[in-house]
Amino acid sequence: MTPTPDQSLDDQPARRPLRLELRGIRKAYPAVVANDGVDLAVAPGEIHAVVGENGAGKSTLMKIIYGMVRPDAGEMLWEGREAEVRSPVDAQRLGIGMVFQHFALFETLTVAENIALATPGRPAIADLAPRIAELATRYGLPVDPMRRVHSMSVGERQRVEIIRALLQSPRLLIMDEPTSVLTPQAVRRLFETLRQLAAEGCSILYISHKLDEIRELCERATILRGGKVVGICDPRAETPASLARAMIGAELPGFRDAAARSPGAMRLTVTNLSKPADGPFGTALGGISLGVRAGEILGIAGVSGNGQKELLAALSGEARSADATTVAIDGAPAGHLAPAARRRLGLAYVPEDRQGQGAIPVLTLSENALLTAARQGLTRHGLVQFGKLRAYAERCISSFDVRCGGPDAAAGSLSGGNLQKFIVGREVLQEPGVLVVAQPTWGVDVGAAVAIRQALIDRAAAGAAVLVVSEELDELFEIADRIAVIAGGRLSPAYPARLVDRDAIGLAMTGTFPPVPGDAAPVPHPPTPEAAHAAAP
Amino acid sequence: MNGLLPILIATLVAGTPLVYAALGELVTERSGVLNLGVEGMMLVGAIAAFAVAYHTGSVPLAVLAGAAAGIGMALLFGLLAISFKANQVAAGLALAIFGGGLSSYLGKSYVGMALVIPQSQLSAAAADIPVLGALLGPLHPLVWLSWLVFAAIAWFLYRSRAGLVLRAVGESPSAAHAIGYPVIRIRYAATAFGGAMAGIAGAYVSVIYTALWTEGLVAGRGWIAVALVVFATWRPERCILGAYLFGGVTTAQLFAQGAGVAVPSELMSALPYLATVLVLVLISRDETLIRLNLPASLGKPFDAEG
Repeated sequence: MTPTPDQSLDDQPARRPLRLELRGIRKAYPAVVANDGVDLAVAPGEIHAVVGENGAGKSTLMKIIYGMVRPDAGEMLWEGREAEVRSPVDAQRLGIGMVFQHFALFETLTVAENIALATPGRPAIADLAPRIAELATRYGLPVDPMRRVHSMSVGERQRVEIIRALLQSPRLLIMDEPTSVLTPQAVRRLFETLRQLAAEGCSILYISHKLDEIRELCERATILRGGKVVGICDPRAETPASLARAMIGAELPGFRDAAARSPGAMRLTVTNLSKPADGPFGTALGGISLGVRAGEILGIAGVSGNGQKELLAALSGEARSADATTVAIDGAPAGHLAPAARRRLGLAYVPEDRQGQGAIPVLTLSENALLTAARQGLTRHGLVQFGKLRAYAERCISSFDVRCGGPDAAAGSLSGGNLQKFIVGREVLQEPGVLVVAQPTWGVDVGAAVAIRQALIDRAAAGAAVLVVSEELDELFEIADRIAVIAGGRLSPAYPARLVDRDAIGLAMTGTFPPVPGDAAPVPHPPTPEAAHAAAP
Repeated sequence: MNGLLPILIATLVAGTPLVYAALGELVTERSGVLNLGVEGMMLVGAIAAFAVAYHTGSVPLAVLAGAAAGIGMALLFGLLAISFKANQVAAGLALAIFGGGLSSYLGKSYVGMALVIPQSQLSAAAADIPVLGALLGPLHPLVWLSWLVFAAIAWFLYRSRAGLVLRAVGESPSAAHAIGYPVIRIRYAATAFGGAMAGIAGAYVSVIYTALWTEGLVAGRGWIAVALVVFATWRPERCILGAYLFGGVTTAQLFAQGAGVAVPSELMSALPYLATVLVLVLISRDETLIRLNLPASLGKPFDAEG
C-alpha cells in the first residue's frame, strides 16, 4: 500500500466523486498473476460491466473489492476517500453488497434465517419478515421467508441472495455471473430489478461473459484479459463480435458445417424411466422417455435441480434400474447395467463435475485417460501399455488444443476449460456410438467453448447419437437438433430447435409444456408420444 | 415408586458423564469440527479433577480443573486441526491416545486412592423439598447442572442468533466467511466448549461417580459419546435420551448381576454399550433427518483464501 497516492485527477467527466475507484490493483498467486495494475471506476447509479474470459481475473478483482482477498498492491477509493477493506464486514459497512455466482446460502436454514445471518444490527427473525416482504414487493422478488432453502429453485435462491444484499441498503451491488442459472423470463425480471436499483442511485458491478446481456443492460464495460485492463467501452455501441474480439484478443472461430446431418437409426432410447427422490435434496423422475438417433444432437434444457443429476446418473449407469428396458443403447437393454458394461455397448459420458467425477485431480492426464479409455488397446493382459497410453493422452491434448504441461501434468493443475477439453477429447476419441455430455461448456471460456461444441457436432456428424444436458440455452440452440426441457423431474416433448423460440423453452422450464409446433399428430420419433403422455398428468 | 426410585437415580448417575461429553461434542461438531478425542479429553479432565479434589478436598475446584484440562486438550486439537488444517480424524484419534497415556502418567501416584467426598450441602438442602426431594437429594448438583446445560444448549442452537451462526458455520464455512463471520474463531470456541464439557464429564466420573482413580477410568464412555452424537442426528434431545439409555442399561445389568443372573459379568458389562449403539442405530435410520441436521462441512478444514 502506498500511503500517499499521486493526486492525478481522474479523467472521468464526473462532477460527483466516483462511487468506487480502484488504482493499480495487483494480486499474484504462486502460479499466476490474477490482477496486474487494474484500474476501475464506477460512477453512482451506473451499471458497469466487467467482462473477460475465464481466468481473466474478474472474480479475483471482485473478491478484492469485497474484502475476501487482500491485494498485493494498489489502492481503493470509496466515494472519493481512501478505503481499506480487510474483510467482507468492512465492505458491508461501506455499503458494498455482493450476490455470489455459487450462492452463499445455507441450505438447511430458512430464508429468514439466511437473511438474518447476513444482516447487521442483529434483527430478530420476526422483525425481518415484514422488511423482506416490503423489499419483495418493491422490487418484484417474491419469496416465502419461512421456507427452507434446499427446497427452492436456483432462481428463488438468487432472489434470496439479492434481498439479503438489499437489506443492507448497499450503494454498490456486485453481481457475479448472475444469469448463468436463470430462465430467460427470470433474467428479464432480474434486469428490471437492477435498472430500478440503479435509478435509485445504487451502482452495480455486473460480472458476466454473456455479451448480449451486457449490451442490453450495462452503460459501461471494463474489459479484462490476462489480469490486465485492455479496454473500457460503452457496450451498447459495440457488437457482440467486437466485444468478443476485445475479450479474447483474437477473432472468434466460427462453426464448420453443422447442418449437413441426417438422423439415422435410433441409438439411445429411454422408456418411461421413473425413480423416487434420493433424499430431501433430490428430485424424483416421473416417466421420462426420449430417443436420440444416429447423427442427431438432443439438447436437454432446464434450470438445475430439476432432475438433470438423476437423469444423468440413470443414463451413465451410476444409478441402475431394476427394469433393464428403461435404457437401451443401440437396441440393447442397458437399464440394469453398471457404467463399465454400458461403455462396452458404446456409451461415453462426460459428467458435469470435472474434478472428481470426470477426472481425478491428483492423477496425471495419462492416468486419467486410462480410466475410461482402457479398452482402446491401452492395456494387454491386464497390464498398462505405457507407450500407447501416453500416445493416446498426447492425441487428446493435441487434437483439442489442451494447454497443459504435457501428459504427465496432474489433472488438477489445468484450468477448468482446459481440463474439460481434455475430458471431452478422451471420450470423443474413443468414437462412441452414444455420447452423453453434461454442461459441456459450464465455466469454460469462449474459445474453448467453441472447440468443445464443434467436437460434439463432429461426433454427431460421424454417426453418433449425442445427448447434451445444459443450462445454457444459447448453447443448445446453437448445436442441438431438438431440445427437450426437464422440469420437476418430468421431460417435455422434444421440440425441433428451428421451430421453437426461447420463450417457449422458458415456459417449459416452469413445468408447463407447450405442444410441439406444427404437430397435431404424434411426432414421428417413436418415444416422443410416450413422453408427451407421461407429461400429461 | 419406592422400588423404582433407586433404579431411576442410578440411571441418572450413570448417564450424566455421557450427557456432558455428548452435548459438548455435539456443539463442536455443529461447527463442522469432528473431534474424536473425547475419550482423551475426558481422561485428562478426570485425573486433573481427581488430583485437585485429593489435595484441596473442594469439588467445585476439582470440576473447574477438569474443565480447564479439557479445554487445554481441545485447544491442542484445535491448533492441529483448525489452524494447521491437519486431518481431523487422525488428529482426534491421536488426541484420544495421547490423553490416555498422559492421564496414566499423571495418575501413577494416585492409582488405588479413594476420595472421601462429603454429601453436597446443596443436595442435603434439596432433599427437604417435598416430593422432588426424594429424587434430587441423592443426586449430586452436577447432575442437576447437566439438565441446565442441556436446556441452555437446546435454546442456544435453535433459538439464539449465536446458535444460528454456529449451525451456519458448520454447514458452509465458506458462505459464513463470505458474509463476514470469523469461521476460525467460532470453530475454536466450539471446540473449546466441547473440551470443557468432556473435562467436566471426566471430573464427574473420577470425583463423584467412582471417587477413586484407576488407569483408563473413563472406560470408553468418550467413544460412546462420539457415537451418541452421530446416532442422535446432532440433536440435543436425542443425545440426552441416548445418554440415559446407556445409564439405564448399566444400572439394569448391575441389578441383574446383583440378583445373580447366570451370565458372565464381562458380557453384562458390555451390554450398555451394545444396547445404546443398537437402539440409536435403529431410531436414526431416517435419512431426511440426517441430511437436515448433519453439519455439511463436518471434518473438512476451512481455508479462508481457498
